[in-house]
Amino acid sequence: MINIFEVNETNKMIEQENLDVRTITMGVSLLDCCDADLSACNQKIYDKITATAKDLVAVGREIELEYGIPIVNKRISVTPISLVGAAACKSPEDFVTIAKTLDDAARKVGVNFIGGYSALVSKGMTTADENLIRSVPMALSCTEYVCSSVNVGSTKCGINMDAVKLLGEIVKETAQKTKERDSLGCAKLVVFCNAPDDNPFMAGAFHGVTEADAIINVGVSGPGVVKEALSHIRGENFEVLCETVKKTAFKITRVGQLVAQEASRRLGIPFGIIDLSLAPTPAVGDSVADILTEIGLEYAGAPGTTAALALLNDQVKKGGVMASSYVGGLSGAFIPVSEDQGMIDAVTAGALSLEKLEAMTCVCSVGLDMIAIPGSTPASTISGIIADEMAIGMVNQKTTAVRVIPVIGKDVGETVEFGGLLGHAPIMPVNPFSCEAFVNRGGRIPAPIHSFKN
Amino acid sequence: MKKTVITVVGKDTVGIIAKVCTYLANNKINILDISQTIVQEYFNMMMIVDMNASIKPFAQISSELSQIGEEIGVKILCQHEDIFDKMHRL
Repeated sequence: MINIFEVNETNKMIEQENLDVRTITMGVSLLDCCDADLSACNQKIYDKITATAKDLVAVGREIELEYGIPIVNKRISVTPISLVGAAACKSPEDFVTIAKTLDDAARKVGVNFIGGYSALVSKGMTTADENLIRSVPMALSCTEYVCSSVNVGSTKCGINMDAVKLLGEIVKETAQKTKERDSLGCAKLVVFCNAPDDNPFMAGAFHGVTEADAIINVGVSGPGVVKEALSHIRGENFEVLCETVKKTAFKITRVGQLVAQEASRRLGIPFGIIDLSLAPTPAVGDSVADILTEIGLEYAGAPGTTAALALLNDQVKKGGVMASSYVGGLSGAFIPVSEDQGMIDAVTAGALSLEKLEAMTCVCSVGLDMIAIPGSTPASTISGIIADEMAIGMVNQKTTAVRVIPVIGKDVGETVEFGGLLGHAPIMPVNPFSCEAFVNRGGRIPAPIHSFKN
Repeated sequence: MKKTVITVVGKDTVGIIAKVCTYLANNKINILDISQTIVQEYFNMMMIVDMNASIKPFAQISSELSQIGEEIGVKILCQHEDIFDKMHRL
């Protein structure tokens, strides 16, 4: 039988070390909502989401109460809208009506975000894909809950440089359209290479076409718990360090597995995957950068950071995999800047640059995330940043992503406040040299040689 | 049978166990196990209970216990046992 010390350990993780389940994300397929008539398509989408997810928030709250574990977000991901709306939408404006429908449906069921305003264009863009991408600035400026993502590359297909070029412009336009709110729209737009079909985390969540009608995916968190565990083994060798991370990740993930199974049972929707992620928040003590400093770095970004992060990412997976029956999504340590107080401190201290962040993305999940850059950054430079990150993903057969925010009207030395889980960030300098001629070439970068495995 | 863990943490005072146990008895909740320690003058108790015959739903028991805790200056939590079991047992 469970003893008092074990009970206290768990409750201390929850109360003092910010242990939580970051999100229960319900994936909903909208493939059966396709219709050549736009208003019929919109109606079907609204009806399907509000019917399938009607109990999601209530069940999430029930589980929180009964197990005493906070579940920070309840979210929905849907089939990429470029596919669902392809028959009905003849222009970017048509796609915006679907964005508004998604927003209304999210509001109705009470979720925090709805993801899947997306297009998968790693090899080429259909007319519908291009229309959706061109509608993103408008869609994100007139909705509250909608998140958008575009997959522009993969190890199997290479990188669609036409889409990369277009997205540099789209990111800028989204920033411009939401400039009254510090270009917040860009915080809801992610550009991916090798995007997973079952990611529960925003802004990049969508419900892949390989998925069932509806599915429950859960994202766990808990950087504070890992940091606390490491604070008891200061000075010990790497073996002890790795074992401690692994054991802690196991415990955190077991809670996620429990929540996922309960949510799945109560909602009558199959369990998909657990995303084993160390997802930070701006709250003090809920930081991945603080784990890196606990490992022995003065600040995140100091020499040794990439190695420390590689180790952390790997041990989190090793501990978590055994704790869950199905693991998927992004799984690893997240290193967003604005959402992590330790990362913000590192940037402010001058320890962490965009280039170092890029190196760090080679060894952890996701990529350049929630980074505020000067509003004057040219679109072609943003495309260049995206291309670099996509190349890392393509060659290393991993997911990478870019979510940068060119804050209109602000420059290096200033800070930007997004609020809530999105946090705040100092504007980071960007390499001033041009890549315009490279970006303007057009076409695509072929798949790497090691993708030919057949 | 789903068991529930009730934890009581706070400054030690007379009658904490009595208060909690009386409440549980009045609501037909059976206590299966109790352990209690004092750590640096802080009262620390864990009970494993069976709520199957409870006359009130879980949410109400949980909020009423939390209320009792506030009245006597301790923190009372009510959680399904699974969360501890999953975390600490293979």
